[in-house]
Amino acid sequence: MERFLQYSISGLSTGSLYALVALGLVLIYRSTRILNFAHGDMATAGTFFAFTLLSLKIPFGPSFLIALLLGGGVAMAFYFLILIPAQRREATLLGQIILTLGLGLILQGLISYIWGTVPQSFPFPLSDSKVWKIGGLVISELGIGALGVGLIGSFLLYLLVQRTRLGLAMRATSENLPASQTLGIPTRRVLALSWGLAALLGVLAGIILAPALLLDPFFMLEPFLKGFAAAIMGGLNSLPGAIVGGLLLGIAESLAGGYISVAFKNTLAFLIIIAVLMIRPEGLLGKEFKERV
Amino acid sequence: MDLIESYREELRLIRKPWTGIWVGMIFFAVILLPWFSPEYYAYIATLVFIYSIGVQGQNILIGYTGQISFGQAGFLAIGAFTFGHLARLGSPLPINLFCAGLVAGLFGLIVGFPSLRLKGPYLAIATLGFGIAIYQILVNSELLSGGRMGLSVPKLDPFFGLTKSISIYYFNLFIALLFTLASYNLISSYIGRAFVAIRDNDIAAEVMGVSLTHYKLLSFAISSFYTGIQGGLYALLMGYLEPNMFTFMEAITLFVAVIIGGLASVEGSIFGAAFVILVPQIFSGYKELVPVIFGVTIIIVLIFEPLGLFGRWMKMRIYLRNWPFR
Repeated sequence: MERFLQYSISGLSTGSLYALVALGLVLIYRSTRILNFAHGDMATAGTFFAFTLLSLKIPFGPSFLIALLLGGGVAMAFYFLILIPAQRREATLLGQIILTLGLGLILQGLISYIWGTVPQSFPFPLSDSKVWKIGGLVISELGIGALGVGLIGSFLLYLLVQRTRLGLAMRATSENLPASQTLGIPTRRVLALSWGLAALLGVLAGIILAPALLLDPFFMLEPFLKGFAAAIMGGLNSLPGAIVGGLLLGIAESLAGGYISVAFKNTLAFLIIIAVLMIRPEGLLGKEFKERV
Repeated sequence: MDLIESYREELRLIRKPWTGIWVGMIFFAVILLPWFSPEYYAYIATLVFIYSIGVQGQNILIGYTGQISFGQAGFLAIGAFTFGHLARLGSPLPINLFCAGLVAGLFGLIVGFPSLRLKGPYLAIATLGFGIAIYQILVNSELLSGGRMGLSVPKLDPFFGLTKSISIYYFNLFIALLFTLASYNLISSYIGRAFVAIRDNDIAAEVMGVSLTHYKLLSFAISSFYTGIQGGLYALLMGYLEPNMFTFMEAITLFVAVIIGGLASVEGSIFGAAFVILVPQIFSGYKELVPVIFGVTIIIVLIFEPLGLFGRWMKMRIYLRNWPFR
């Protein structure tokens, strides 16, 4: 029982980071129907910004803040400079998804070119090795930090989406684009902000993941795929679903790693994706989508 | 692009005498290439032949049937390792190659099942998961992947007294030609038309009597068969195999080739294959920047020329034919 709880709690802390990644994906998917394949690379770019700022001896707080904003800026620039011209030329939805793939390739190449492919350690105020003992359970400081940031980040996003005018505009835009344009909502700006916000969440997850993993241009690939799995599990158009999916995936993965085999841990996420897609394609909390000819 | 007056003409591969001369000249040049060029160029051309098979398969799935798949690296690995293990057991080459395609095709059927319920992005993710699962299984299983040193595969024995590189060049050229002709014929057959109907509107296609189950699975199987053959040929060329040859990046490369070459075009697939092989060779001093070039080209292609290199090529031909009129 204690082992079970131990695995669950460590799963919960990685799961909260998956939830952050998944939230970013869902935020974009539900407002534009675009699956953002560049999400991981945007997060990597932001984390590398933070790395550069830290190596310039700028304290943690400001450099993380600037990195978050820069990461968001990359996403907004992509929206304005590439997606909107593409939409003006009536790019198909598939075309727009492929555009994000292109952006991902560009970012990945540039990151490898500028910062090199050698794994680097990422300085962080919370340590991975210092542990806290609560009852019989052991959790590292970083784990608590991850759980805290994940939960606070999700809560702030909830407040933003449900309790502010901007959130209302975002919900309206994702519900019905032409109608919200008619009602005078500046949909383009709202969507750009959604992109920025999504990338910001990704960077947040990246900054916390970087100290545990080593920082290299591909370090976000796996968390990004897990985030995808989580988003699909919870339902691609549901924000609470992304959180639930992320936490569940984290726990499932940690349990599988503990009880079955560590090698199985990474494959599990994809088995879950395929199983969920076969049984309930709309996800746990997602709404079923119907199609008419 | 051309005026087609009868169904028989539509089915013909080469419609104008001029096109015939062009194709003949290109074919002649390709035949003569290994005798007059350095061995290195012949090797690059061989790689292009091998890739063009896989890209055509991808194009049948993505371009003609409209199902996005990121699992190609998985099929590639399955084909390559099937080929490798059979070749080590000493069975003859044609059987190995066929089995490589067949096993990949069978896995394609299995992966195709989710495609019956999934669409667009969802399918992309399911297939992505498959590709990564295959990679991880290979990494974790020494029995399949041949351990840390990789799996060594016997190379092609030279035939007709030709040198090693020339015989492997002709062998791959022959297979690539075979598959190119096969794809042209497939596309103008009932099956190909059914694929296009599914892409354009699957519900309407089903109403018209195209069995979605049947043809989506068939499309997956055929495209995986092509990719499996590519894997087998690749194993034969390289002489050794390791799981790291079949990462997610490999799937992306094939995908990029389809998009850049041009969706739903066989010539485009060949252009695309040449593009993804030549760019890393030309920019070999700046390896990190290769993905940047791919990415920028994708964006340019999608915004300015959704038909890819093939579309550009068609426009150039029309421009030249009508010159000096516009």
